[in-house]
Amino acid sequence: MSDADLSAALSTALGGAPVSNLQRLSGGASRQTWSFSAGDRPLILQRQRGGDARDMTVEVDVLRAAHAGRVAVPAVIASWTGADAVDGPLGASFMILEHVDGETIARKILRDDTFAAARPRLTADCAVALARLHAIDPGTVPALADTDQVELYRAALDTFGRPHPAFELAFRWLQQNRPTPTRRSVVHGDFRLGNLMVGPDGLRAVLDWELAHVGDPLEDLGWLCVKAWRFGSGQPVAGVGSYDQLFDAYERESGTAVDADAVRWWEVLGTLKWGIMCIVQTQSHLSGAVRSHELAAIGRRVCENEYDLFLALEGRW
Amino acid sequence: MSPHDEPTAQQLIESVREWMERDLLAGTPGRLHFHTRVAINVLAMVERELELGPQQAADHAARLAALGVTDDAALAAAIRSGEIVDDPDSAAAVRDAVLDSVRDKLRVANPKYLSDDPA
Repeated sequence: MSDADLSAALSTALGGAPVSNLQRLSGGASRQTWSFSAGDRPLILQRQRGGDARDMTVEVDVLRAAHAGRVAVPAVIASWTGADAVDGPLGASFMILEHVDGETIARKILRDDTFAAARPRLTADCAVALARLHAIDPGTVPALADTDQVELYRAALDTFGRPHPAFELAFRWLQQNRPTPTRRSVVHGDFRLGNLMVGPDGLRAVLDWELAHVGDPLEDLGWLCVKAWRFGSGQPVAGVGSYDQLFDAYERESGTAVDADAVRWWEVLGTLKWGIMCIVQTQSHLSGAVRSHELAAIGRRVCENEYDLFLALEGRW
Repeated sequence: MSPHDEPTAQQLIESVREWMERDLLAGTPGRLHFHTRVAINVLAMVERELELGPQQAADHAARLAALGVTDDAALAAAIRSGEIVDDPDSAAAVRDAVLDSVRDKLRVANPKYLSDDPA
């Protein structure tokens, strides 16, 4: 589809609004992102080309539910998803979202002067967003997957990776120390710097909902503390805050006490999960799906996670 | 015994990495700058593996043999089934051996990661 054809199709999708400034922001194998203006309103287009036709349907549902639950997310302006989207104006599943200004690159958020005032409040902003997300009735997004996260990554490792003794030690510990979940919530699944739009005033929007699912809400808190998402900073929560700041702000907003040991368990699983994701990502280079020296190099980051797992299991965080 | 002339494979890679650091990095903006940095790190990693790899391979084989297994797959399977970690003494030996291997991997992949190693 040429840019002119895409602009015309977007205009149709938006009821005839004049479309201009179409710019491609990124394009993966299965999804493309564009920015454009409808009249003088800046918008974002996400268009799905491959993968599971259900993916974007679920994502639109969860974005609408999060918006209704006062989680900071871009509003969904229009969408056409599912099996019949091939007959729609864009010939594929798509969603048009409100454009939110800000920065997603972690190193800039953690180091640039522009975000000096955002950093001290970012932990509490994240806690509020997560508490509101976790308050949503999972029944309002019935299509969300409810998959056991240990089994999911066990299967991913067995499918894609060579056996790793350090990972087996971690799986064993996780099975022996698993906390009993006290709540069942909508979980974002990848809530961390890189997927958060941050402005000088703090968190502006939570992005990238492809991994959303139903599960223990403490999973999102543990993932936010995984060492890789501190990007070299000494602070455990997204590189900007302390565990106590996160838990206090979450408890204030949700009215629910946080079990710190259970969050630790999820942080250990998160460290294992990122290690396995490194293996999966490097496989996409090795298989020829996406040839990239960056993806190749990620394969050699597996041992960082193995090392962090040892520190975690022996209480030497 | 290698039939090749100087430089060694390690010295060849080093020469390219030094050129990238000296001349290429400064002139590349944005995303290309980041990807150049990744490439420099990859070459440095290969240099370290060429230097340390042979001794690490021998050490790794010796550690596995001491545990009575032939390779990482056999060790992983024995941990998964519990047979090699149910006994505390055996579990401690496994822990030390696996951690030593992980440290060796980091010495090649990212030695800075070990800078705060509590040992």
